[in-house]
Amino acid sequence: MCFTQNFWNLVVSGLADGFLYALIAIGYTLVYGVLQLINFAHSEVFMSGGFASYFILNAAIGTSQPHGIGSLAFLALGTVGGGLGGALVAFLLERVAYRPLRRRNAPRLAFLISAIGASYFIYNIAGKEFGRNALEIPSPFTNGPVFSIFGATVQTYYVVIAVSAVIMLVLVDRVVAMTRLGKGIRAVAQDAETASLMGVNIDRVISQTFIIGGILGGAAGFLFGLNAGVVYTMGFTPALKAFTAAVLGGIGNIRGAMIGGLLLGIVENLGVACTQASWRDVVAFGILVLVLLVRPTGILGEQLGRAA
Amino acid sequence: MSQARATGPSPVPGDEAGGDEGDVVIAVDAITLRFGGLTSLSAVSLAQRRGQILAVIGPNGAGKTSLFNCLTGVYTPQEGSITFLDQSGKSTSIVGRKPHRVNRAGIARTFQTSRLFNALTAFENVRIGVESRMHTGPLGAMLRLPRTRREDRASDARATELLDFVGLRNRANDIASALPYGDRRRLEIARALGTAPEVLLLDEPAAGTNPSEKAELAALIRKVNSQMGVSVLLIEHDMGLVMALADRIVVLNFGQVIASGTPAAVQQDPAVVEAYLGAADPDEPGA
Amino acid sequence: MTAAPPRGSALRRLWTSEDARRGFACVVGGLVLAVMTGPEGSSTAPTSGFTGSLFHARVIGFIVFGLVLWGLITVRRRYATQVRAFSDKVTAAPRRLLPDKRVRAVVYLAVLAFAIAYPATLNSFWQEVLVDQIGVYVLLAIGLNVVVGYAGLLDLGYIAFFAIGAYSAAYWTGALPIHPPFHLNPFYAIPLAIIAAMLAGVVLGAPTLRLRGDYLAIVTLGFGEIIQIVATNLQGVTGGAQGVIGIPHFSIHLLGIHYAWGINSLPYYYLLLGFVVLVLFAFHFLENSRVGRAWVAIREDEVAAESSGINVLKYKVMAFAIGASTSGFAGMLEASKISFVEPADLTVQLSILILVLVIFGGMGSLPGAVVGAAVLQWLPQYLRVHPLLGFQQQDIYIYLGALLVVMMIFRPEGIIPSRRRKREIGLAEHGVGHADALSGQSGPVA
Repeated sequence: MCFTQNFWNLVVSGLADGFLYALIAIGYTLVYGVLQLINFAHSEVFMSGGFASYFILNAAIGTSQPHGIGSLAFLALGTVGGGLGGALVAFLLERVAYRPLRRRNAPRLAFLISAIGASYFIYNIAGKEFGRNALEIPSPFTNGPVFSIFGATVQTYYVVIAVSAVIMLVLVDRVVAMTRLGKGIRAVAQDAETASLMGVNIDRVISQTFIIGGILGGAAGFLFGLNAGVVYTMGFTPALKAFTAAVLGGIGNIRGAMIGGLLLGIVENLGVACTQASWRDVVAFGILVLVLLVRPTGILGEQLGRAA
Repeated sequence: MSQARATGPSPVPGDEAGGDEGDVVIAVDAITLRFGGLTSLSAVSLAQRRGQILAVIGPNGAGKTSLFNCLTGVYTPQEGSITFLDQSGKSTSIVGRKPHRVNRAGIARTFQTSRLFNALTAFENVRIGVESRMHTGPLGAMLRLPRTRREDRASDARATELLDFVGLRNRANDIASALPYGDRRRLEIARALGTAPEVLLLDEPAAGTNPSEKAELAALIRKVNSQMGVSVLLIEHDMGLVMALADRIVVLNFGQVIASGTPAAVQQDPAVVEAYLGAADPDEPGA
Repeated sequence: MTAAPPRGSALRRLWTSEDARRGFACVVGGLVLAVMTGPEGSSTAPTSGFTGSLFHARVIGFIVFGLVLWGLITVRRRYATQVRAFSDKVTAAPRRLLPDKRVRAVVYLAVLAFAIAYPATLNSFWQEVLVDQIGVYVLLAIGLNVVVGYAGLLDLGYIAFFAIGAYSAAYWTGALPIHPPFHLNPFYAIPLAIIAAMLAGVVLGAPTLRLRGDYLAIVTLGFGEIIQIVATNLQGVTGGAQGVIGIPHFSIHLLGIHYAWGINSLPYYYLLLGFVVLVLFAFHFLENSRVGRAWVAIREDEVAAESSGINVLKYKVMAFAIGASTSGFAGMLEASKISFVEPADLTVQLSILILVLVIFGGMGSLPGAVVGAAVLQWLPQYLRVHPLLGFQQQDIYIYLGALLVVMMIFRPEGIIPSRRRKREIGLAEHGVGHADALSGQSGPVA
């Protein structure tokens, strides 16, 4: 077959993409769980994380090149900075574009349209204020092969992504499963009205849900930016693919979002081997259309309310 | 064409065949409906006869609404068949048909919680039902052909007629969401009648109504059956209403038919009593 | 956040009072506006845009604007009954007259007369704007209004049908790398372009219109992207990224009429105007026919509509196809006028722009779609020529994005609402119904 020649290399790079998709997909799936809405503006949360990390790192070290422990600190700072940027934008998004509509009990179409508007506002303002050119985040490591698995070389960059992503995904999983906040999220996802009658502060839970999604999405922005640089339009395509991943795994299902992300990354890379790089996005969107038509509830099914 | 109620030789419980009752309009043959591990309906059979008012009763969760949903194409039973025989003798299988096609064949329904078009007026609601039988397509509509205008006038007239029939003439221009509860029920019936059905499925038409609204609804249902010749299949919990209206009753419990026959017979059927009241404890005095 | 009994200091009471919060929001809004209209920043000076907008005398104007807005809103709320009485008095005459069909007919005729006469007096820049920026988009808005406004379907890939119309123009006139069986004058290819777009609408719609509203939105978004990528990649079919040039202009040689459109915009304008008038009539009749009413029923309650004999999928696909064909015609017209097609122009952004036009004008409202599109497309052009307040063409989406959010919060029914839509939204806000086909219809039915 067209992809068997390079199979394991493709799987490895697919996993790397997949981890990024998974991180972003969590944001979609969490918000969908508590609001039954697709947060169209999540793409800008991702983008904001990228920019935030760029500016923070720029302010911290400028153009000097970190090594050794400095590299680890660099990565940590970038991830945290990205997470904070994403969280901030997600928080503001919820307050400005969603909460007023929830107060008015607006029809769902209004939420979607407001999110679209917010998305356009945010990324165009970013372009205006921060310049429209792509910005490079200096790499804190030389991107060489670290080890081989099944004949595929795994580069430093992939290891960085995998480690950061796994840590964050496991944390989220545990937070939702075990903490009070997590229980609140699951309660609101199942039945918001009853949850509020049981004393759950719906507004706070929703805000915190956005923030969690924002942290992960923003961090993904940094990780993405490490390789591809950051630019004000960077949000659209990766976020749309992450949404595909969330649906693939079962929207509202956290583990589903993770699995969906990894799966999408792998299939997308394998698919590109069969066609050409320029068809990459078509493969991903094609998967989206297929999943929605054939199995809209996704692989693991839609259920945030169920215990993780 | 409602059946005389008392009298006649008492039929054997479970026997719905009675010689002089008109032919079968809907024949449900051993349908089984499963959702994953849950069996909602198990080998349910019944026969709705032309001109008859058939009531389906049973405790909550017995599968009554699921049965309705199977009859209208919303659910597809895994086993069994449902056949609809219309007045011209054409037989249609209901299983696997989409709801709008079931409606076109001649079965209309109302819902347990009235699903009216809330932002439309009463008149507009009924007109939607009537218009579904018209033939104007987008091209005819855009060009406002003479046939289109004729159909529109006919629909308007029929909708007004139906509003009259259910007694909502003076509420024709009221927004549906503003109507009192009993009127909403009647409006839903009028809309269903607009689709010119041969059988009308009523899902708990009297639920939540007060006694006077209930009496009006009962009178309306009888009128629909006798004046319009529409066969009625209704789900109801109100026993008074059921006993007063039904020609025949089918009792469901846990997805199975446990009894069927005339109201008098079913009332005394021990299986029915047990389902509703629980089995008598043999150790209790007077059981 | 709401009515907790005020306790503690006056400051705390001030903070929790609704008026103060509104004031805060207004001032913040003014500041955001200041940044939006302020100077640009850059990557090396990321805060320069902000400092330039805010630490500058002009910010005072915006703060004042925010305070004035707050004042107006507070006055309106405090004196709601008086305000209502006043506005009722002022609008009494129009409100009495407008419902009268004859009055409306006179108004429309006057507008039409103006639309015929006035453009001839404009200079060529404005005539071109009238066609390329305003006219085409009015048509697109009218078309999308059928999909979003009448049928309640959120299509985020509407520009794809425009693309199909444009490439059809290229194909049938032989401008594409692949050649048609016979060459056609683009004027005669119009019906073919419309049919191609309509078919695309049916092909896309049939499988996807069963989906829930928000999923449909994403699928159409993906489809729009796919069309653009395909057009860019298929070098041998569509001419690839550089597009297609040399599409001939319209010309008719039929029944003694000989006319050729050239590069002058005015003849295109009249062609477009004629088509728009026809479409307006057709869609008005459509809206008030059983088809239009079936769409209303579907928007209100799909399950009830289906049980009342309406083939929901068929009507949704119908709306899609009608909208698509309008878009296809617009694409064909533009392609023939400017003589080329380029995939880079067929972006998702444009689809969203058209959506903004429809929503701003009023979903489901024909006059709303026309006026909304005309205003929102005219304004940026006007501001280019008469600069105001630091508005830049490239910032247009900042304004549109903010406009969408603001409209959804304060006036979701648009500037010229359709009466029914306004009623639906009002009911939805009180918990009755959902006002659109978006709320999850996952089967039956209690």
